[in-house]
Amino acid sequence: MEQVTTPSPAQKHSFVRKTNNIGERIIERCVKIIGGVAVVLIFLILLFVLREALPLLMGAFSQPRTAQSSVESSLSDTLNLKPEVYNPDVILSEHQAPEEFAPEVYNPDVSVPATILAEKVNTRNEADGDHITLANILGTIWQPVSTMPKFGIMPLVIGTAKTTFVAIFIGAPLGILAALYAAFFAPRRLREVIKPMVEILAGFPSVVIGFFCLLYVGSALQNLFGFDFRLNAFVGGIGLAIAVIPIVFTITEDTLSAVPKSLLEASLAMGATQWESAYKVMLPAAFPGVFAAVLLGIGRAFGETMIALMATGNAAMVSTSIGDPVRTFSATIGAEMGEVIWGSAHYSILFFLGVLLFIVSFTLNAVTELFVKERLAKKLQGG
Amino acid sequence: MSTKRLIGIFAIGAATVAVIAIAGLVFSTMGTFLVKGLPNITWQLLSEAPRNNNTEGGIFPAIYGTTLLVLVMSILGVPIGTITAIYLNEYTRAGAVMPRVIRFAVNTLAGVPSIVFGLFGLGFFVQFLGVGLDKTFGNTEAIWAKPALLWASATLAALTLPVVIVSVEEALKNVPQEMREGSLALGATRWQTIWKIVLPNSTTGILTGSILAIGRSAGEVAPILFTGVVYSLPQLPDGISSQFMHLGYHLFVLSTQSPDVDKTLPLQYATTLVLLMLTFTLNFAATFIRSRIRSKQFR
Amino acid sequence: MSKKITETKIEANDLCVYYGAKQALHRISIDLFEREVTAFIGPSGCGKSTFLRSINRMNDLVPTARVTGNLYIDGVDIYHSSVDVVELRKRVGMVFQKSTPFPKSIYDNVAFGPRLNGITDRTELDRIVEESLINAALFDEVKDRLDSSAMGLSGGQQQRLCIARAVAVNPSILLMDEPCSALDPISTAKVEELILELKKQYTIVIVTHNMQQAARVSEYTAFFYMGHLVEYDKTRKIFTNPSKKETEDYVTGRFG
Repeated sequence: MEQVTTPSPAQKHSFVRKTNNIGERIIERCVKIIGGVAVVLIFLILLFVLREALPLLMGAFSQPRTAQSSVESSLSDTLNLKPEVYNPDVILSEHQAPEEFAPEVYNPDVSVPATILAEKVNTRNEADGDHITLANILGTIWQPVSTMPKFGIMPLVIGTAKTTFVAIFIGAPLGILAALYAAFFAPRRLREVIKPMVEILAGFPSVVIGFFCLLYVGSALQNLFGFDFRLNAFVGGIGLAIAVIPIVFTITEDTLSAVPKSLLEASLAMGATQWESAYKVMLPAAFPGVFAAVLLGIGRAFGETMIALMATGNAAMVSTSIGDPVRTFSATIGAEMGEVIWGSAHYSILFFLGVLLFIVSFTLNAVTELFVKERLAKKLQGG
Repeated sequence: MSTKRLIGIFAIGAATVAVIAIAGLVFSTMGTFLVKGLPNITWQLLSEAPRNNNTEGGIFPAIYGTTLLVLVMSILGVPIGTITAIYLNEYTRAGAVMPRVIRFAVNTLAGVPSIVFGLFGLGFFVQFLGVGLDKTFGNTEAIWAKPALLWASATLAALTLPVVIVSVEEALKNVPQEMREGSLALGATRWQTIWKIVLPNSTTGILTGSILAIGRSAGEVAPILFTGVVYSLPQLPDGISSQFMHLGYHLFVLSTQSPDVDKTLPLQYATTLVLLMLTFTLNFAATFIRSRIRSKQFR
Repeated sequence: MSKKITETKIEANDLCVYYGAKQALHRISIDLFEREVTAFIGPSGCGKSTFLRSINRMNDLVPTARVTGNLYIDGVDIYHSSVDVVELRKRVGMVFQKSTPFPKSIYDNVAFGPRLNGITDRTELDRIVEESLINAALFDEVKDRLDSSAMGLSGGQQQRLCIARAVAVNPSILLMDEPCSALDPISTAKVEELILELKKQYTIVIVTHNMQQAARVSEYTAFFYMGHLVEYDKTRKIFTNPSKKETEDYVTGRFG
């Protein structure tokens, strides 16, 4: 080794010089900012869905509105470009704003030209009337498009509850039992088949499931049970169950395989049979996970749109029979948002339904995350 | 003893029946769509535009629109999802507050109903960003402030984001920690380590995870209902501000809104099969890449 | 034995390392000499690896790790805020217990460090790669397949590749964390031979479980026990006439 390196003092101490690696820092900063996008997205979703629903909420809890207040709130409705200010007076004073668009987005001076405003106000007055009271919203009639629109969400609540119930009642046991089978009873070869099979089921777009129910399940069940209507809550529930099964199966299966194998071995060693170990030892050990699976399944069934839209019959009626057609929250949004006048009361109430959907899904998820998963971790790891 | 055995038989039997039911479901649906759809897939169907109020002709614009939608969505969603996953896996410690908050947000996002994403797309992209863009550029008529391919893609990207994040993180976790240490010990910075060691060794995982996520949302209809899809178009979309047709929505319209549903039944089956082929091709492609590369990576 | 003038290369002064609430190192004070091989011995969990990893600040990667006291390299306190960790690690190379070649070609593995330093000239890279592989006594074995994957090498070759990779950035110190523990005796012999060769150029600190190895390759030996530096002396003295009871017990195999 002839190359004997004798580092000069400068070279020796080169690590002291703090290399101000600007590129590295910029990249790091960018990654951090983008990393927070999911959090921002949650807030944006809540904010913007709520924002479109807000005018209605403000009006809904007051007396039937006067013509003046109706104009005010519809005006503020129209000015979607300005989220932070909700001050009708300011907006009204801008009523004579010049008919040109200023460059800045957030500038309150920028308003929709007066002519457009006037138009909006007109259509608005025709469309909604002054009937959006709390009583109206809690009513039992959903008739958003009529001269006397009724926005009673009770039929939708009942409809959503019925389909969700059917979906979970059918989907959850199937998913859990299939997961148990895959984990404990299936021969190795078969297990390798079951998982991809469920993945195929999970890969079906919901519109395809809806189509399948529309074409086959409806008629089949009508022949079987003699329903009065071909499409009804039960058919929709089955469609939703098809969407729920993969979720319940996957999460249950994951949890079951996370339970230490030693537990199963211990149970078997004590003379318990395979099925006793599976049902009495492993399933209880994995219970929080199974519970989480069911909760997420409920969330899916509750929020699913296309299947509900295509297979439930879409009639907003108050009835207790699962053989009657129903209309769910999400299907209502899906079906009516396309034809609604932007900014009208009907438009707002559809967003209000969206807010409810968001709140329920958020709550379900929070319960799963903070309560159930924590508990599972404790149970499986001790402590 | 005999009752116990009876219960045992019942217990195992119930589980078996559940699996058989699911298998029956999968095979009957797939079978039905294959048998009824395959004969109706013709070159004419794949290459022509619908005619006569969607009752005749092909579905080319819907195929085209879906493909475009998926492409733009991937361009928007995959990089952001990947960077978020990099942040979670490479820049933060497991117990710290920020990653926990982000993980919670990601899981919440995954549970938000797709129709709410649709509302969000309408409220945020179309009504807020779109209106803002039009103001900024001084457009006298709405160019951005209306449902468009871009907004639908962005909405769908938001919906896909949590899935992408989770699967990319999975891929990053598969890179051995020793490799990162080896690189850092050589005087590589954190980003150099990510760029030269972590990412090259997880490309496959990132790719397959992203493709799987994209495959899942390619068939989603609810988020695009009010953000850009239309049931019929005079011409193909000519840019990201155009509206577009979509296979899933097309199927929905044909099967529920069409004046003569029975007449278009062959068309519906064919559309279903094409849609399924699109999503499952993406799935199989991902699985295939994964199995191919897994065998030769890390000795 | 020709006496050569030994200079202090690394100096620890009351160095303590904590992992969370647990103290892993207790007030370590030690001088390690330039171009000598120093071996760290001691039972598992005694803190020898922790000390090794604090010399190039790899402990920084452990989220809960905290360091007090001072550690000087060439008289510079490396835990001072003006020190750039990245630059430090370029000066202090490290070889791990588990050989960690990157899944790249042999050439790219060795060129990884130089490329980080901005060397892109192909002839210059070729020179560095060749020199480093020669220094790591690996060149003859791989010169015909520099472009094939490093994952195809044997365990011993992989470990020497990691040494080549480490010397390619021209460090002045080489840290070795049980470099032979996963190797067969023949590969171990080769690596040990290499260490003796490398000490002409580098200050080497080696953590080992194998006392014969420490005796064979090192000039100085430090015995760590329960996070304390129990004894530090010439290797010969440690193995033949240790001054502490614990050291004697350990080197004679009574515990550990």
